[in-house]
Amino acid sequence: MKARSREALAGYGFILPNFAGFMAFTLLPVVASLLLSFYQWDLLSWPPKFVGLGNYADLVRDEHFWQYCWNTVFMMIGIPISMFGSLLLAVVMNQKLPGMTFLKTVYFLPSITSGIAIYVLWAWIYNPEFGLMNWLLAQCGVEGPRWLESTTWSKPALVIMGIWGSMGGIDLVLYLAALQGIDPQLYEAAEMDGAGAWHRFWKITWPMVSPTTFFILIMGIIGGFQGGFDSAYIMTHGGPAGSTTTVSYYIYNNAYEWLHMGYAAAIAWFLFLVILIVTLINWFFSQRLVHYE
Amino acid sequence: MSDRAGPGTEQERARRMRRLRILGTYVVLAVLGVTMAFPFYWMLTMGLKEPQAAYRHPPQWIPSPVKWSNFAAAWEAAPFGRAYVNSLIAALLVTAGQVFTSSLAAYAFSRLRFKGRDTLFFCYLATMMVPGAVTMIPVFILIAKIPVILNAVFSPASEIFSANFYVLHEFYAGRLVGLDSYFALIAPGLFSAYGTFMLRQYFLTIPRDYEEAAKIDGCSLWGIYWRIILPLSGPALTTLTIFTFMGCWKSFMWPLIATHSEEMKTLPVLLQAFQGRYVGSDLTLLMAASVIVLVPILVIFVIGQKHFMQGIRMGGLKG
Repeated sequence: MKARSREALAGYGFILPNFAGFMAFTLLPVVASLLLSFYQWDLLSWPPKFVGLGNYADLVRDEHFWQYCWNTVFMMIGIPISMFGSLLLAVVMNQKLPGMTFLKTVYFLPSITSGIAIYVLWAWIYNPEFGLMNWLLAQCGVEGPRWLESTTWSKPALVIMGIWGSMGGIDLVLYLAALQGIDPQLYEAAEMDGAGAWHRFWKITWPMVSPTTFFILIMGIIGGFQGGFDSAYIMTHGGPAGSTTTVSYYIYNNAYEWLHMGYAAAIAWFLFLVILIVTLINWFFSQRLVHYE
Repeated sequence: MSDRAGPGTEQERARRMRRLRILGTYVVLAVLGVTMAFPFYWMLTMGLKEPQAAYRHPPQWIPSPVKWSNFAAAWEAAPFGRAYVNSLIAALLVTAGQVFTSSLAAYAFSRLRFKGRDTLFFCYLATMMVPGAVTMIPVFILIAKIPVILNAVFSPASEIFSANFYVLHEFYAGRLVGLDSYFALIAPGLFSAYGTFMLRQYFLTIPRDYEEAAKIDGCSLWGIYWRIILPLSGPALTTLTIFTFMGCWKSFMWPLIATHSEEMKTLPVLLQAFQGRYVGSDLTLLMAASVIVLVPILVIFVIGQKHFMQGIRMGGLKG
């Protein structure tokens, strides 16, 4: 056998285990869920009923769906806030003072532990009578809202928790790495020209970390559209009055609670399209707007 | 402050300003640190209080008396030991499988030439932006229906594929395949497009000189993969290992829908079920259980912190 074809054969062999799983659990399911979105199926009856674009037509008319879309987008306001917090924190921590490694570990705790246990804890922190949050507000002379029980405050509550959970996490580490990549001479030159701290931040730091900012923002948006299930499931069950149900929660309800498999697949594909658009925008802009060295 | 002029005071003022600024920096950082850490303190102390003390106003900051027995009680109240084992089995096998299959495929994608390679790699890339929700629905249906299909094909009489398995007649070991089985918890996680992509990118940075030398010495392709590529990819493999393990350990929605018996639940899912039962009645047990769930993550983080940070920096901007 020629070396060339032996190499090709080996290539297929090396890929096979991964490819088999990729086919079974990724590629075929993508196709299957697209097909499924044209059907009505409760998992038990047979055969599934073909409805064409019916699920998508229902989706457009589904008021709940649009409310949940709004919830999902609303909860993304935490992304820029937390990102900006991370950047400022990184700038402060970049001064090479002692104790920073320890602080970095402390700041990282919320994001590394994020998950069900943390949501259980925060559900209690937001307890209107005995929770930490309203106790703190009471010390400042403010009567706290009913947080997770209030349609007005349930979303901000989750946003605040999200900021707490991500500000000192991955974003901070990425920003610290980005700051270390900036040539100190830039700052020295600016200082010599009499630029203040504020000026130096906006004219040097901000543009120099823009690739990181862009990356964090895009990943945050992509994650944000898909997120919100775990915390809402634990803390609010999507309520009150659907005020914390996100798109992914709605998919979960349709697929695994109500067995509306086709409808759930249609929502999931809608989500996919949104993410596709964000990704394309990302490609387009990362070529032009962001300052790369 | 003073009117005295001269280089000395000028310098002194600058130094004082600097010291003040450092002090201010530390104050801000410390306040933030307390904000980040205090909920954890609260969780721990809640888990150590008497049931009534949890509802005290103002809050009881230091539990008295300290009730260590809460932890034992929480551990007893639900099968947390079993859930630990489940989570560990799932996370270890998924991590090992994913790192192994991804590295094999990444080696082929980065080093071997064969027909269709680039098309296939593009497929991998393209599926990386598909939300998990899209694939999870058909995967769930597949897993749910596998026993039906296998029974029909292989063992119409015994229905072995949907039977419940017990070890020593009492230890429920789930089903062979289908929902509520270890198969369901593990199989869908054994493969990852992202892991393949990340390792391929890393393998491409390894110089080819070593392999050329090995090839001349008659080393097989497997030998090159096993003895050259893998040992040179320590950081990438460590990163993938840590991230996969963490991701699997924390994953919630899939184990939630893939299991229904209490014995097969993973830690997060069991904690959720526990919360449903205990909220409003005994909060201290719930908090103790949360601490029990958190401890392994903290231990892994403290041990692997360095690799973790390195992994973020590596995977971050390139990913």
